[in-house]
Amino acid sequence: MSSSAEEIEKVIGQKYKEGFVTEIEVETFEPGLNEDIIARLSAIKGEPEFMLQYRLQAFRHWQTLEEPDWAQLNIDPIDYQAISYYSAPKKDSEKPQSLDEVDPELLDTYKKLGIPLDEQERLAGVAVDAVFDSVSVATTFKGKLKDAGVIFCPISEALQEYPELVKQYLGTVVSEKDNFFASLNAAVFTDGSFVYIPKGVRCPMELSTYFRINAANTGQFERTLIIADDDSHVSYLEGCTAPMRDENQLHAAVVELVAMNNAEIKYSTVQNWYPGDENGVGGIYNFVTKRAECRGDNSKVSWTQVETGSAITWKYPSCVLLGDNSVGEFYSVAVTNNYQQADTGTKMIHIGKNTSSTIISKGISAGKSQNTYRGLVKVAKSAENARNYTQCDSLLVGDTCGAHTFPYVEVKQPSAQVEHEATTSKISEDQLFFCQQRGISAEDAVSMIVNGFCKSVFKELPMEFAVEAQALLGLSLEGSVG
Amino acid sequence: MISIKNLHVSVGDKPILKGVNLEIPAGEVHAIMGPNGAGKSTLSHVLSGKEGYTVTEGSVTYKGQDLLALEPEMRAREGVFLAFQYPVEIPGVSNIYLLKAALNAMRKHHGKDEVDALDFLTMVKGKIKALEMDEKFLYRAVNEGFSGGEKKRNEILQAAILEPSFCILDETDSGLDIDALKVVSKGVNALRDEARSFLMITHYQRLLDYITPDVVHVLADGKIVKSGGPELALELEAKGYHWVEEQVA
Repeated sequence: MSSSAEEIEKVIGQKYKEGFVTEIEVETFEPGLNEDIIARLSAIKGEPEFMLQYRLQAFRHWQTLEEPDWAQLNIDPIDYQAISYYSAPKKDSEKPQSLDEVDPELLDTYKKLGIPLDEQERLAGVAVDAVFDSVSVATTFKGKLKDAGVIFCPISEALQEYPELVKQYLGTVVSEKDNFFASLNAAVFTDGSFVYIPKGVRCPMELSTYFRINAANTGQFERTLIIADDDSHVSYLEGCTAPMRDENQLHAAVVELVAMNNAEIKYSTVQNWYPGDENGVGGIYNFVTKRAECRGDNSKVSWTQVETGSAITWKYPSCVLLGDNSVGEFYSVAVTNNYQQADTGTKMIHIGKNTSSTIISKGISAGKSQNTYRGLVKVAKSAENARNYTQCDSLLVGDTCGAHTFPYVEVKQPSAQVEHEATTSKISEDQLFFCQQRGISAEDAVSMIVNGFCKSVFKELPMEFAVEAQALLGLSLEGSVG
Repeated sequence: MISIKNLHVSVGDKPILKGVNLEIPAGEVHAIMGPNGAGKSTLSHVLSGKEGYTVTEGSVTYKGQDLLALEPEMRAREGVFLAFQYPVEIPGVSNIYLLKAALNAMRKHHGKDEVDALDFLTMVKGKIKALEMDEKFLYRAVNEGFSGGEKKRNEILQAAILEPSFCILDETDSGLDIDALKVVSKGVNALRDEARSFLMITHYQRLLDYITPDVVHVLADGKIVKSGGPELALELEAKGYHWVEEQVA
């Protein structure tokens, strides 16, 4: 291998910095999945009866399903009975009333991850819900948000305090029968965030949830539900990390977004679950169903994701464009290295008139990884003048990785316009030498080129996350002059 | 400035340079001419540190240091600049970003602070005007969609900003029409000063009408076979490389 190829490897293959384990006393269910476990889970969360019924219905349906195998992924068999479905830090009181009551070990964990939860050091302008294994441990700025009428809390809390609101929307975008992993999630989800933005409110700050898997042999099943009522606006960020462990861990999440008339939701993810080591041992299996419904006219949903972690990623954040003139956007950077596999993309379903969607996908493959874009653009007969623009670019680093693109287009409306562009490129030795000859080290040159490649997606991220995303790729911030 | 002694270079098992000797004092412009395959581009690549070449014998001393022991980026930071024959495109990275990153890498190496953004912009805008380039080039991706002439001007712009001590121009005239050639030459001439040396590699005499060298060398079959003043280039142009090769044989 030439020295510049080694440089590339070094840059992309940095050590996983979030791989530590928090030593904390936990309450964990024994491994296994059955109706008793689900009943216990529902009881420990103090859920209303309808939730238990919903879970059981999902579980019974799940038992009739088989794991999907259509993705470009090689997955070792998963033993669903060997996983524990609930793990939470032990606490004395029922629920911490303030941060002073939260276990200092936990506060310290989030501090190490760069997510300070204590009052003085909070990220300015960002409210954080911190989910540790199966429970939310803290939510910041709740009071300030409440003043604006915004509900931002763990979904377990929402089920107790706003059961009607949850019942009205839960499962209406992703039904408990949607797919294998969504059904599993509906049966056993433990926590996640709930957001409700009332009519006419522009959420005064960024909302963010930080998911952390800590316990071994435990799955994380999070559920997020965001509702933006008429004429409202919200920007939501999500981050994820996990310790380094040799066994694979399962993460199966469901995210549902509902945008009513003239509402706008911006949903950003920086996914950095443990990807496994350089030999492909360990890592998170990430099977996620994310879907948004633009129910109202002139509504807009924008998904932005930076996917660097997980051994396996199976994820297609989608938009159902029901309302007339509604807009769906998907911006994605997916990086795979070593033995990571990603099969990710989006679905844009055009139903309303004059609906439009934009898909920008950037895949970067290195090592022996496989990186797949899979996207569906569907235009129903009712979607007059629907428009879609899709751009899929792949960047290969080295010659042992793979990049794949599977675009699906189904158009039933003759006035629709659908565009698709795709490119594949490689960081060349000549590019690196050129940069070195200008005094820029090969390492910085790779950063610069990868950053340049991802620029059109990074600019969609909120500032705080853009910085984190670039740091994640081991890259220096691409500055702008003038 | 630079002293090349008995330099032998191979690509794989094939010897390309077979004992090159060359001294370029500070402030001088030396031209290297020669037929295709003589080893002109190999010489520029070896001096700038490109991979794929094996030095089997000889030495290169630059400002008192063993140049061949330095990584390519260290050579660049020490003031060795190669204006590429075929400048590469870097999609997504703007020209101005590359320029600033390069200048800052150099400043850092010399223990200076990063350049102030406003000062930088003022400086770049002055230099770009001198090369008759449109400011919009600064914000376009490096060389992406540039014409041949634009790419070459862009190389000279980089030299003007980085202010190297030793500048290698590799076939800078290739692919240029006469107007572009005049602009590029003017840019190079503006960079000439007592402290800066040039090694100008060219196949044709044409470039030397615009940039007058102090010394002309003829490289044939991996060796410098003849050296002389600017008149040597004219003689070559009239009699062809065949003439030199015959004289040596």
